[in-house]
Amino acid sequence: MKFEVLAPGPQTTVQDLGRPGLAALGVGRAGAADRASLRLANRLVGNPESHAALEVTFGGLRVRFSEDTWVAVTGAVCVVRGGRSPGLGVPILVRAGEDFSLDAPSQGLRNYVAMRGGIEVTPVLGSRSTDTLAKLGPPALTPGMTVPLGRGTLPFPAADLAPQCAFPDELVLHVTPGPRWDWFVTGTLAQLASAPFQVTSDVSRVGVRLAGPTLVRANDAELPPEAAVPGALQVPPAGDPILFLADHPVTGGYPVVAVVDEPDVDLAAQARPGQHVRFVLRNQKPGA
Amino acid sequence: MRILRYGARAALVDFDRIEEVLGLQAAIDGEPPDGLVELVPAARTILLRYDPDRTSFERLCDTVRQYSFTETDRSGGSEVAVPVTYDGEDLAHVAAETGFSEREVIARHTAGAYTVAFCGFAPGFGYLTGLDPALRLPRRRTPRTRVPAGSVAIADEYTAIYPNESPGGWQLLGHTSLAVWDVDRDPPQLLAPGTRVRFHEV
Repeated sequence: MKFEVLAPGPQTTVQDLGRPGLAALGVGRAGAADRASLRLANRLVGNPESHAALEVTFGGLRVRFSEDTWVAVTGAVCVVRGGRSPGLGVPILVRAGEDFSLDAPSQGLRNYVAMRGGIEVTPVLGSRSTDTLAKLGPPALTPGMTVPLGRGTLPFPAADLAPQCAFPDELVLHVTPGPRWDWFVTGTLAQLASAPFQVTSDVSRVGVRLAGPTLVRANDAELPPEAAVPGALQVPPAGDPILFLADHPVTGGYPVVAVVDEPDVDLAAQARPGQHVRFVLRNQKPGA
Repeated sequence: MRILRYGARAALVDFDRIEEVLGLQAAIDGEPPDGLVELVPAARTILLRYDPDRTSFERLCDTVRQYSFTETDRSGGSEVAVPVTYDGEDLAHVAAETGFSEREVIARHTAGAYTVAFCGFAPGFGYLTGLDPALRLPRRRTPRTRVPAGSVAIADEYTAIYPNESPGGWQLLGHTSLAVWDVDRDPPQLLAPGTRVRFHEV
């Protein structure tokens, strides 16, 4: 079982749940930027949640399967073409030789396309995910590429539809204080939570650069590199925060003012350039 | 030692000196606290990722404060001998900046007993402490766009071996044929945190 890539769109990579636990060796977790959507797509075709699937950034994917294949698409809101009753959040039977494609999304940024049996490229360090920063894992999809699929082993799920919430116009992300909140002037956490930020065009699997009220440092010391996590809001000297996503650097040299809750990082991965983001501070006392 | 919250499921232990980082790291490796998911050492800090269902920030803090450790506890680490050809593009520059002859720079670099303090920048890129303070130089003002794999280099208080070809701003002293990183090998890394390293000239 396999499929041929006719068009990959702006960027399509293979992603699973990544390589956790290797950060001390300089290897980040990587994996799906929106992990909940990957898990759901896998469940809809009766795969273990950890199977490898496609992460499609801003649509444009067109593929053709060698055999009849069950497929599910989750994540961004987009038109799905090909197969029997195509749509989002449903298992779709795509016939051998038929074109299957995704239009550019109208809401959200990334789609996950799971195929029953999962993508079976060779794993690297226990994962089939592409880490775009560390350059680990399979290459991004290119036209003409053939991608191997495994065989389904689990029974099909009883549900044949998983409704998804619409993406709000303004993304609301919950944050808790980061380790260096006190490197900023008094009131910075409140400031972070009071005004909306805008997603710039600088959006990748590494992170999302935001524009908004400038976060002002009170401490201008040089920060020796320290470990980062997905969801960390790192603030370079210019004062515009960068929200780290799946392929974030293992260590960073700028202070982290706050950290987006892990479940909300999935939503952050769907942020589109120009969209507004509002942070809500969790009621927790910073520091220790 | 200060312990800082890092979001809802991690703590950052902050030190003044890297020797303390190495000491606590060895102590935690020997007896990990309940609920610890991952430990990531860095230049002055250790990130402790924990499972909030199994422990809490407060409980983790209590446990971490109870460890007794000595600075630079090297008892646990294995030792790797790295053969180096000292023909780096920056060897002359390092000699000029430090006031030593090239031979003296090589002698001082091979005399050091190093420890991998932490990894970062790229998979398998270990920051080695133990560099002769007389060899401390800043990074190059303009990083090179391409540094070959196996390059042996210094910057600030560290020395390192580039695991793969990459851009880089460190001062290049030479190169080694030893593969410090190979994804097809198990384990892929030669230089995990805590590993002791010696360089010798070939």
